[in-house]
Amino acid sequence: MMYAILCYHDEDQVGSWTKEHDADVMQKLLVVQTELARQGRLGPVARLLPTTAATTLRKDDPPLVLDGPYAETKEQLLGFYLVDCKNLDDALDVARDLGKANPGGTYEIRPVAYYNRVGEQS
Amino acid sequence: MTDSAWIDAALTSARPQAVGALLRYFRNLDTAEEAFQNACLRALKSWPQNGPPRDPAAWLIMVGRNVAIDEVRRNKRQQPLPEDDQAISDLDDAEDEIAERLDGSHYRDDILRLLFICCHKDLPATQQIALALRIVSGLSVKQIARAFLVSEAAMEQRITRAKARVADAKVAFETPGAIERSERLASVAAMIYLIFNEGYSASGDTAEIRSPLCEEAIRLARLLLRLFQSEPEIMGLTALLLVQHARAAARFDADGQVILLEDQDRGLWNQKLISEGLALIDKAMRHRRSGPYQVQAAIAALHARAEKPEDTDWAQIDLLYGALEVMQPSPVVTLNRAVAVSKVRGAEAALELIEPLAPRLANYFHYFGVRGAFLMQLGRNEEARVAFDRAIALANTTAEAAHIRMHIDRLMRDSQQRSVKAK
Repeated sequence: MMYAILCYHDEDQVGSWTKEHDADVMQKLLVVQTELARQGRLGPVARLLPTTAATTLRKDDPPLVLDGPYAETKEQLLGFYLVDCKNLDDALDVARDLGKANPGGTYEIRPVAYYNRVGEQS
Repeated sequence: MTDSAWIDAALTSARPQAVGALLRYFRNLDTAEEAFQNACLRALKSWPQNGPPRDPAAWLIMVGRNVAIDEVRRNKRQQPLPEDDQAISDLDDAEDEIAERLDGSHYRDDILRLLFICCHKDLPATQQIALALRIVSGLSVKQIARAFLVSEAAMEQRITRAKARVADAKVAFETPGAIERSERLASVAAMIYLIFNEGYSASGDTAEIRSPLCEEAIRLARLLLRLFQSEPEIMGLTALLLVQHARAAARFDADGQVILLEDQDRGLWNQKLISEGLALIDKAMRHRRSGPYQVQAAIAALHARAEKPEDTDWAQIDLLYGALEVMQPSPVVTLNRAVAVSKVRGAEAALELIEPLAPRLANYFHYFGVRGAFLMQLGRNEEARVAFDRAIALANTTAEAAHIRMHIDRLMRDSQQRSVKAK
């Protein structure tokens, strides 16, 4: 089953990392991802631009467009992974491995109900 | 991550909010800074053991305030108080309470006020920048001195003087009204741009030392934009800094010589910074409230979007500089526009555009560099040579002079070839 691992962290803190530290974290995460990809379990991975680049569309009638992220929270959604996991324990193991590479913040682990790969045979 | 790395990042990112709130409590910059320092010392002791607090800024404000108040009491009563660690033992409950209060609109104005204090109009630009880097960014005097290429003692003195000036100035602590807030915002935006330019205008041999100034300016711009999410000019400012800084790795050659935009290796441009900048420009345009930062960002974006120099949309750049001339009339803007005009309508038209600027730019290096280049394109080599000589005399850096000398060498080669052909 596909699991989404949603990454939340205080983006001011992440933005205060030195370049070297940022590169170091990305490198360590890459090691974990490479192993998952080798096992054929890694789906799309995304690191999102800061929430200042976000725009929100509220689906009122007519829809309302607002600057900024959907919710003002202490920790922001900064990225996500899609990983094929046997079960929740397996998904938690993956999240722990990622967390070791990039401590601080929170992962939300959400089973994926529907995963649409447009143009691919399912 | 090591303890020290995440604690450093947490303290750095909490600093503007915490010092801003402490300033509101104490209404005195030195007291606020000292309270923050004390809170940081306790954080370094407490956080590695207890883990990071849920809201580091709230924790630091709370502790900073308590320590400072304790000190006042201690001085009053002259009696011992409980040990430090006891005094903050029931902090967790208090933290929730204060975090609740901080979520309100207060902290936005706290940070804005803190930034605004640094742009006091009596302070020369360099002092504004130094003060902001010290107070808001929390860089050490040593770091700032290094970026400014001056001695630590000189920088210490500069900051002390600036602080004394600011202390005498009356800054309103009430929640600002809409007009006052937008005035503060404009001053702060200008100061952030100054910080950036201090780093960006570095010559090749100092660019690396000074680039932290650019990075810090970007961090402050993003911070400001988070507080004022719907301000198109703040989007424009942030975008401008991001797109300019994206070219950092391509701007100088190995010998520290300037590489002009059209000669830069575009593969070295940082695409992540560019895409963030472009995203912000897109957002800003939706507001249909143009301003100088947005226009400058849009110009930078047109350069960034061109994969090859010849793909550059010079006609659009010409129009944008035309808009900027209306918003911010300045001979330098017209000079920049002339470069675009030379690409669209030729050097003759461009030359015509800059002739009237001569009296006002009589001592401006770039004027003579650009004029020389136009004349050279028109084959008026004698006049070009005069302009280039003047440019070299006015050059601010050896890199600028070297660049013009390259043009002169080309002129000499041209005329030699011509004389060879003539024979």
